[in-house]
Amino acid sequence: MTGAALVAANGARTLRARRDTVLPALIFLAFALLPVFAALTAEEYLLDSATRIMVFAVAAVALDLLVGYCGLISFGHAAFIGLGAYAVGILSAEGIGDALVALPVAIVVSMLFAWITGIVCLRTKGVYFIMITLAFGQMVYFVATSLAPYGGDNGLTVAARSTIAGFALLKSDRAFYYFTLLCLAATYLLCRALIASRFGRVLRGARENATRMATIGFTIRRFQLVAYVIAGGLGGLSGFLLGNSTEFVSPEYMSWQRSGELIVMVILGGVGTLDGAIVGSAAYLFAEEWLSSTFESWQVIFGPLIVLVVLFARGGLIGLTTQLWRRFGHA
Amino acid sequence: MPEPVLRLEGLRKSFGSLVVTDDVTLDVMPGEMHAIIGPNGAGKTTLINQISGLIPPDDGRILFAGADVTALPPEARALRGLSRSFQITSILPGFSVLENVALAVQARDGSSLRFIGRAADETALNLPAMVALEQTGIADRAQVRAGELSHGEKRALELAIALAMQPTLLLLDEPMAGIGREETERQVELLLRLKGEVTMVLVEHDMAAVFALADRISVLIRGHVLITDLPEVVRADPQVVTAYLGEQME
Repeated sequence: MTGAALVAANGARTLRARRDTVLPALIFLAFALLPVFAALTAEEYLLDSATRIMVFAVAAVALDLLVGYCGLISFGHAAFIGLGAYAVGILSAEGIGDALVALPVAIVVSMLFAWITGIVCLRTKGVYFIMITLAFGQMVYFVATSLAPYGGDNGLTVAARSTIAGFALLKSDRAFYYFTLLCLAATYLLCRALIASRFGRVLRGARENATRMATIGFTIRRFQLVAYVIAGGLGGLSGFLLGNSTEFVSPEYMSWQRSGELIVMVILGGVGTLDGAIVGSAAYLFAEEWLSSTFESWQVIFGPLIVLVVLFARGGLIGLTTQLWRRFGHA
Repeated sequence: MPEPVLRLEGLRKSFGSLVVTDDVTLDVMPGEMHAIIGPNGAGKTTLINQISGLIPPDDGRILFAGADVTALPPEARALRGLSRSFQITSILPGFSVLENVALAVQARDGSSLRFIGRAADETALNLPAMVALEQTGIADRAQVRAGELSHGEKRALELAIALAMQPTLLLLDEPMAGIGREETERQVELLLRLKGEVTMVLVEHDMAAVFALADRISVLIRGHVLITDLPEVVRADPQVVTAYLGEQME
């Protein structure tokens, strides 16, 4: 009886699992084939746009881990992107331009910052959590603007893309594109694994009913802090990629508007889905680029468009695809 | 004389000027089924909340398995073997029934900082969870979303979660509340089977169930323990009859 019931459990899960495999596989396949398409159509600028999308998608996926799975609305996530980017910029200015140093520094500094601020932030809940993460984000922003030796307000130029163990492997835009894709895939798979793990199940449980989780013996705050540190580290990775892709570092990377944009990306794509964060950042950045080159006051169109998606597509753009999936008789 | 599993010493709690726990002193012995009864507003749930750690008492001590746990948070008490069910069902509605219980097994197991491996596929967690579900008679509902269970099944799930913690002491806050006659009978049968294996504190309004189950009964009136004694003594006590049982038993 017990064994048979467990087998039935696995059967019920396969249907959802199929959708959870197909959609991300399509997304990553599209990213993998895009450079080929760009070369064939000679639309090389596509490569730039897609790199940018993937860079922000890394941070958005990490943010979805907090927003979608912990119920923690962090309004300071751009700070981690900034820390990662500044790690690249400052190290490069000091003559250290290798990824083997810059990448670990970018990630570890972001994780440390997440750990220290997370201890404070996680003492609060709801709106207060939003406000305090915003405050810490702005703090880093102002520190960066006052970094006179490293450009202050104006930011600083990165001399060259990071080398890997001394080799300029990322020099070509195409190589950097695939490196970024690799980082995004790793981020996505890591977060997927986390959520399904014992650790992730505690996070999901706490979002549903924190009192129940406490009464069966979980100290929720400890688990949320670990998630916050992981999300921070991934934000640092995104910053490392951003600094390298633009070869420029600026305090603007960590302004509160940036943090807001990341939240919009997550909501637009569909909270608590991870692949939604990728779709969301693609939709957001693509719409921004297209609208801003077509219309002068593009925000007037962009704003209502986002409101419409949030109002009518429950679960964001990913929610739409799930509904279509159902309609075509898969569930 | 064995050590009591739970000892409350001079527990006091007031909300503003309202005294809800008034100098409660109580011993719960190993293996005992100890019922706490009393009229609505007597402070039964507040008392349970203090024992499980959700509300701090203003004064007094709570000793559990010989150690003072008064200052410990609920999660620390849970890990020491103090488990509870809620009067208003407290489950994870979006999780499957099995996962609700498997999480309790996982809490007990202690290693939750594991970042890889699908927790939902872990037989080491799912098998003990299935055992607890079979004990409470809802094993056939294991794959259903917990939010879709009937009220009685949710009560059974609460109990399964509490049992999966392998508790030293089980606090049951009105396990019969809001469920039908048949389900109540099944719940009583189930608790009778568990009796003796697990020490239990039972808060309940269903007097038939209380007198069928309890080894000893404490009557709580306006936050104060009027009497703690064997069921037949409590039933015959004139003070209890005037204060509470009179209206319940006719």
